[in-house]
Amino acid sequence: MTVSILIFLPLIAALAVALIKNQATKHVALLFAIAELVVAALMITRFIPDASMQYVTDLPWMPKMGVYFTVGLDGINIIPVLLNVLLIPVIILASYNHDYKNANAFYALILFMQAGMMTVFTALDGFLFYVGWEAALIPIYFICALWGGENRIRITMKFFIYTFAGSLFMLLAIIYLHLQTPNRTYSISDFYDLHLTLKQQGLVFWAFFLAFAIKMPIFPFHTWQPDTYTEAPSAGTMLLSGIMLKMGVYGAIRWMIPVAPQGFDHWQYIVIALAVAGIVYASLIAFNQKDGKRLVAYSSIAHVGLIGAGVIAWTVTGVQGAMIQMLNHGINVVGLFFIWDIISRRLKTRDLDELGGIAKAAPQFAIAFLIVLLGSVALPLTNGFIGEFLLLKSLYEYNIWLSAVGGLTIIFGAVYMLRMYKKVMQGETSAISALFTDLNGNEKLVLGIICVLIIVLGIYPNVVMHLSDAAVSKLVNSVNDKISQVQSGVNIIAPQR
Amino acid sequence: MNNYLWLIPILPLAGFLINGLGRNVLPKNLIGTIASLVILAAFGLSVSAFLQVKAHGPINVTFFNWIQAGTFVVPFGFLVDQLSAIMLLIITGIGFLIHLYSIGYMHHDAGFGKFFAYLNLFVFFMLLLVLGSNYVVMFIGWEGVGLCSYLLIGFWFTNGAYADAAKKAFVMNRIGDLGFLIAIFLLVRYFGSASFADIFPKAYLITGPHATTILTLITMLLFVGATGKSAQIPLFTWLPDAMAGPTPVSALIHAATMVTAGIYMIARSNVLFSMAPITMNVVAIIGLATAIFAALIALTQTDIKKVLAYSTVSQLGYMFLGLGVGAYTGAFFHVITHAFFKALLFLGAGSVIHAVSGEQDMRNMGGLRGKLPITFFTMLMGTIAIAGIPPFSGFFSKDEILAHAYEHSPVFYVIGVIGAMLTSFYMFRMLFLTFSGKFRGTHEQEHHLHESPANMTIPLIVLAILSVVGGFIGVPEVLGGHHLLGEFLKPVFAESAKHAEAATLPPATEWGLMAISVGAAVLALVIAYVKYVSKKELPVADTEDRPALTALSYHKFYIDELYDTIIRKPLDALSVFFYKVVDKLGIDGLVNGLGSGSVEASKGLRLLQAGNVGFYLFMMVIGIIAVLLYSLNIKF
Repeated sequence: MTVSILIFLPLIAALAVALIKNQATKHVALLFAIAELVVAALMITRFIPDASMQYVTDLPWMPKMGVYFTVGLDGINIIPVLLNVLLIPVIILASYNHDYKNANAFYALILFMQAGMMTVFTALDGFLFYVGWEAALIPIYFICALWGGENRIRITMKFFIYTFAGSLFMLLAIIYLHLQTPNRTYSISDFYDLHLTLKQQGLVFWAFFLAFAIKMPIFPFHTWQPDTYTEAPSAGTMLLSGIMLKMGVYGAIRWMIPVAPQGFDHWQYIVIALAVAGIVYASLIAFNQKDGKRLVAYSSIAHVGLIGAGVIAWTVTGVQGAMIQMLNHGINVVGLFFIWDIISRRLKTRDLDELGGIAKAAPQFAIAFLIVLLGSVALPLTNGFIGEFLLLKSLYEYNIWLSAVGGLTIIFGAVYMLRMYKKVMQGETSAISALFTDLNGNEKLVLGIICVLIIVLGIYPNVVMHLSDAAVSKLVNSVNDKISQVQSGVNIIAPQR
Repeated sequence: MNNYLWLIPILPLAGFLINGLGRNVLPKNLIGTIASLVILAAFGLSVSAFLQVKAHGPINVTFFNWIQAGTFVVPFGFLVDQLSAIMLLIITGIGFLIHLYSIGYMHHDAGFGKFFAYLNLFVFFMLLLVLGSNYVVMFIGWEGVGLCSYLLIGFWFTNGAYADAAKKAFVMNRIGDLGFLIAIFLLVRYFGSASFADIFPKAYLITGPHATTILTLITMLLFVGATGKSAQIPLFTWLPDAMAGPTPVSALIHAATMVTAGIYMIARSNVLFSMAPITMNVVAIIGLATAIFAALIALTQTDIKKVLAYSTVSQLGYMFLGLGVGAYTGAFFHVITHAFFKALLFLGAGSVIHAVSGEQDMRNMGGLRGKLPITFFTMLMGTIAIAGIPPFSGFFSKDEILAHAYEHSPVFYVIGVIGAMLTSFYMFRMLFLTFSGKFRGTHEQEHHLHESPANMTIPLIVLAILSVVGGFIGVPEVLGGHHLLGEFLKPVFAESAKHAEAATLPPATEWGLMAISVGAAVLALVIAYVKYVSKKELPVADTEDRPALTALSYHKFYIDELYDTIIRKPLDALSVFFYKVVDKLGIDGLVNGLGSGSVEASKGLRLLQAGNVGFYLFMMVIGIIAVLLYSLNIKF
C-alpha cells in the first residue's frame, strides 16, 4: 500500500460526485469519505511507530525540472493525515441538514480539497507540497464564494489574495532552496541537508513563516480570518478551521524549522512573542463578540496561537503537544461551528443577545454543547487538556514568563466560552430561543461522534500520541543538534557551490 | 490486596453514567438509591483501604502511562497514605450522608436525576484529587471538582444570576489553576517528575544559590492554586455566590470537601513548604486575614446560607493559618471537624429552608425551635462545635491551630482569638435569629412549617454526633489525652517536622491560652443571646440606613464592586479597544490599504488583468490539471 491512494481516492471521488446531480450526491460523497477513512485506518493500524517513512511512493514526475512525486507517511504527518480523513466524513455528514444548490459541485469541492490537503500533508517534495497547498485553496475559495453569506464575494476575495500572497513567498523560498540543492531537486531530504548561511536561512525562514502564519493564522496576520469564518458556509468554516489551518502548523514542523534551523533559532524570540501575544489579544477580543461564529473564530486564533507558540518553542513536549492539539482543535472547532450551524439554522440568528435559555428547551443539545465547550476550555479528561498542558509546558521550558502570559488562555478561555454558554443556553428562555427544537438524528450522530472523540482522546491520549512520539523526538533533536553545532562552532558554514 | 483501589473512584463514576443516561427513564427512588449506594460501597472500600494503610503503611499503584511525550512521562497512579486515607473516609462518608439527605431535599425537583448524576461525578473527581500519586492526576481531580461545582452552582440555570455565580466560580478557580499548572511545570523541571514519590525525597537535596528561590516560587504558585479552590483572599468572592446551588451541594462541595482541597494539597506538599519559610509566612498571614475578614462580613449577613458561606471562608482561613505556622496536623484536624459541623450546619440550614418554603432570609424566620426540634437541636450542636466550646470537636482543632499560632507569634494568636470570638457571635446570632422568638414569615409559610423527613434528619443526627465527639481523636496531652490523629499522620509530616523547631509550650501557658479562647467564645455567645434573645433585636430591612461600619460589613466591603472596577471593566475596555481600534482600524486598515494601494499602482497593468479572482483560479486549475496530465502521460 502507498499513501498516494489517499490522494487519488478523493480526487476520483470528486470527479464521480461532480457527475451525480441528484439526491444521492451527498450519500456518495459520504461513502467515498468513509472509504478514505477506512483505507487510512488500515494504514495507521499497520503503521510502525518509529521514526521511519512508510507507505512511500517515489516517482519521477517532471524529472528534468527535478520534480518528483514523492509521498510517504511517518510520525510527523500521521496525525494531520488522521485529522483529514477523520473530519471530512464528519463535515459532509454535518452538511446533510443543508439543501445546498448545486450539491454535486459542493461535495465534489470538499473531496477535491481533501485531496489537496492530503498532498500537503504527505508530500516529501517541495514542488508537490506547493501544488497541494494551492490546490487546497481553490475549492475552499469556491465553497466560500458560492455558498457563503451576504458579503461573501468581497470577503472571500480578501481571504484569497491574503493567503495567496503568503504562499507566493513560500514558492519563492522553495524555488530558492531548489536552486541551492546539489542535484537541483525539490526533495525534502536534500533541503534538510543544505548548508545555508545564517542570512540565507533567515530569508527562507521568513518566507515560509509568512505563508504559514497567514494560514493558521498567527497574530497580526489574522484579519482575514474572522470575516471569512463568519461569512463562509458552515462546511467551509469547518474545513478552514478544522483541517486547513493545520497545513500551516504542519508546514512549520516539517518544512520551515528543519529547513532553516539557524534562521529559526535567530528569529525564534520574535515569532514566539507574536504567537503568545495573539493568544491574549484574540482571547480578549472574544470577550465581547456578539456573533457566536465570530466569537469562535477569535477563540480559534487564541488556540492556534498556543499551538504555534508550542511549535516555535521547539521541544519534544511542545511539538508532541502541537500534534495532539492539531487533532483536538480540529475536532473541537468543528463541533463548535456545527453547534452554531444548528442554532442559526433553527433560529436564523447568531446574536448572543437575542438568544438565551435554550438548554431548557433542548437538554440533549445542551449536554453536547457543554462537552464540546469543556474540550475547548481544556478541562482534564477532555481532549483539550493534554494538548494545552504539553504546549504550555513547552512554552515554560522556553521562558517562564511567556508560559504565564500564554497560560492566561486557560482563564480567558473559560471567560468567553462560559459567557457564550450562559448567554445562549442559560437564563430565561428568550422569545427567539423558545422556537428551538432538540437535536435531530443526523445532528445527534455528528455531535455524538465529536463528543466521543473528545472524551476518548481526553482519557487516553496515548492512543494517538504514541504514533508520533519517536519521529517527533528524532526531528526535534536533530534540528536542535544542528542549531547547537553552529552555536558551539563545530560546524562552519559550508562553502557555496 | 491493592487491586480494589481503582474501584473507589470508579463506583461513583458508574453511578454518574447510570443516572446520567437514565435520568429521564429511571424512577426517582431508584436513582437516589443507586447514587447513594455507590458512595456507600466506595465508603466501605475506603474503610478497607484505611485499615490497610494503618496496618501496613501507604499503598502506591500505577495503572498506565497517561501522558508520554519524549522523555516526559506522567503515569496514572494512586497513592493512599495516611493523609489520603482520611480524606477518602471524609469524602465517601460525609458524601454518603449528603446523598441520603438529598433524596429527601431534592424530591420535588424536576432535575432529580441530573442532580444525582452531577453529585456522583463530583465524588469521582474529588476521589481522584486525593488519590492521585502525582500532581497531574491531582490536577485532573482539581479541575474536575471545579467543573462539578460549576454545574451544581448553576443547577437552576434558568435563573441568570445563578448561572453567573457558576461562571464566576469556575473562572476564579481557573485563576488559581494557572498558578498550580505553572508550579507543576517547575516541579517537573527541577525534579524531573510530577510524582510525589520522586519529588519529596529529593526536596532536601536541592542545593545551590537558587534553591530557596525555586522552592519559594513553586510553593507560592501552589498556594495561588489553593487560594482559588479554598476561597482565600483574594480569590474568595466566588464562594458566597456559590450558595446559589442547592443546599446539599453547599454542604458537600462548598464546606466539607472541595474547598478543603487547597489544605490537602499544601499538607500533601508539606516537605516543599517547610523549606520555603517566606511562603509559610504568606500562607499564615493570608489565612489569618481571610479568617478575620470573612468573619467580619458574616456578622451582618441576613441570608442564612451566606452566613454559613462566610463562616466557611473564615474557617478555611484558620486552616491556612495552621498550615502557615507549621501545624499541619492541626490544620488537617480542623479539616475533619469542620467537615462534620459545617456539613451539619448546611444540611440543617437546608432543612430550615425546606420547612419555610425556600425562604433564606433570617429576618423572615424565627421561632422554629418548636416546629423543627431535631433540626434545632442538631444545629445547636454544630454551632457549639464551631464556636470552639469544649468538649465539642471544633474546640480541639481550633485550639491546636491557635496554640501553634501563639508559638509562632502572639500577635497571630490574638487576632485568631478575636476571629474565634466573632465566629461564636455570628453563629449564635444565626441560631437565635432562626430558632428563637416568634415566626416572622407569612401565614402561608407558617402553615407549611414541618420537620424534615427521616432521610434528612438521620444525616443531621449522625453529623451532630460526630460534631460532638469528633474532637476526641486529637485531645492534647496537656488535657491528659492522646493525639490519635497526630500519631496516625506522623509519617506524612515526619520529614518536615525534622526541620521545624520542635518547641512545646509549658502546660500553664497552654491552659491559659485555652481559657482565653473559650472565655472569648462564651462571652460572644452571651452577647449574642442578650442582643437577639433578650432584646429581640433584628437586622434592619434593606431599605433602611445602616451605620457606616455595619453597612460596610453588610455590603461585603464592596469587594465585588472593587474587582469589577479594577479588573473586569478595564479588561472589557481593552477588549473593545483591541477589537474596534487595533483590529478593525489598525491591522485590517493596513492590510486593506496595502490591497487597494496595489490596485491603484497596478492600474497601468490593467490590460493584463481582468480583476477577477475566479478567472485566475480557473487558469490555475487548468494549469494544475495540465501538469497532472503531463505527469500521468509520463509514468502511469
